[in-house]
Amino acid sequence: MITVNRYRCGYCGACVSVCPNDAIDLVETFIEIDDKCANCGICTKVCPMGALELVEDEE
Amino acid sequence: MKSEYDVIVVGAGPAGSIAARTAAENGLDVLLIEKRQEIGDPVRCAEGTGKEGLLQFMEPDSRWICAEVNGARIYAPNGTCVELTEKLAGKEVGYVLERKIFDRAVAKTAAKAGAEVQVKTQATSLIKESGVVCGIKGKFRGDDFEARAKVVVGADGIESKVGKWAGINTTLKPKDIETCAQFLVTDIDIAPNSCDFYMGNARAPGGYVWVFPKGKREANVGLGMLGSRFTGKHPIDYLHEFMAWKFPEGKIIETVVGAVPASGMLKQLSTDGVLLVGDAGRVSDPITGGGIYNGMVSGRIAGNVIADAIKANDVSAKKLQRHDKEVREALGKLLDRNYKAKEFVVKANDNLMNTVARSLSGVNLDDMSVPRLLKEIITRNPGLFIELAGLF
Repeated sequence: MITVNRYRCGYCGACVSVCPNDAIDLVETFIEIDDKCANCGICTKVCPMGALELVEDEE
Repeated sequence: MKSEYDVIVVGAGPAGSIAARTAAENGLDVLLIEKRQEIGDPVRCAEGTGKEGLLQFMEPDSRWICAEVNGARIYAPNGTCVELTEKLAGKEVGYVLERKIFDRAVAKTAAKAGAEVQVKTQATSLIKESGVVCGIKGKFRGDDFEARAKVVVGADGIESKVGKWAGINTTLKPKDIETCAQFLVTDIDIAPNSCDFYMGNARAPGGYVWVFPKGKREANVGLGMLGSRFTGKHPIDYLHEFMAWKFPEGKIIETVVGAVPASGMLKQLSTDGVLLVGDAGRVSDPITGGGIYNGMVSGRIAGNVIADAIKANDVSAKKLQRHDKEVREALGKLLDRNYKAKEFVVKANDNLMNTVARSLSGVNLDDMSVPRLLKEIITRNPGLFIELAGLF
């Protein structure tokens, strides 16, 4: 899954614009990721702050 | 807020506000919504823009003009400097704005023209009836609402959703996005009338570093890198490195992050009852990243096209296609050309940049336009720019 470090995030919307599944929303000053997320990780690469991380799902 | 309007504009940046203003000036009933609680803040911009273009839309006001610049200096990776005068640097330099104040000023002109403005109001989906868009669903201070409209304008920036909801694919590829970080740095030695650019793959892969003056000893120091060039370091990391090298004593009083579409404008900007403007329509310049003027141009076109369409009682995709056509006429040629140039420039290695900078020594750069400069570069470096031959 994708985790968002809210303390690091600058709420710029870069991640939203590259998401191929429209799974990310920028609501004022926070990012929401819904279950359309396919864990492709593209968003983690365009984040100016490095606030997004792709981590292994816990079973 | 009412339950019905002629037009709802989603997003109160410069493009949305100009679309709302133009539609209101045409006598339409307009709602302009902004999801944040403050228009213009947090800023996501380097704030440089051309004087001439801006003045087509706004009377100049010292409250939102931080600095006037009359030239640019471009530094190659090895330090070779190419100096450009205002005429040469073209419409991308002129003013360095205070976007927090500027965006509000533009929104106020929309309000003055008669548009209703609502902040902390987010669109969450489109209302569609038998496939036709006829308004938005949204949240206003946390409460759900619905508002109907004949036309919805997506001015919702790089993270645009309106287009996607209407079936227009706006997803950016990592190779078509510049991801950026910037500090507002105070108490530093700068040239207060010059916009400075630093090139180099170690500094900003597939992008550049900028130093735009915001006062005598204050500047926006930032950089953009191409999304596809990510190898583990984020823009904020490159920016810290640049600061340590260039302004180790600088005091950072603001952090700004953002991203710029570098895809060139979308193939499709409108559909039944929906139009896209500004960054949502990807009309920002793929080379410079400049988007304020282009956004406002697309907003003005949208406002006028909508007025005609509503007067004719026809907001079909076919009717609204005039928006695509006119934006393409106004900006498309330049954007297409600069996209091709960007695709080439982002591949340039540091040696090539140094060679080009050196080749310009002794050239009289005072009376040249940017296309003329690029032509000069191509002529002086035969063989290096075969891919760009004929473009300029």
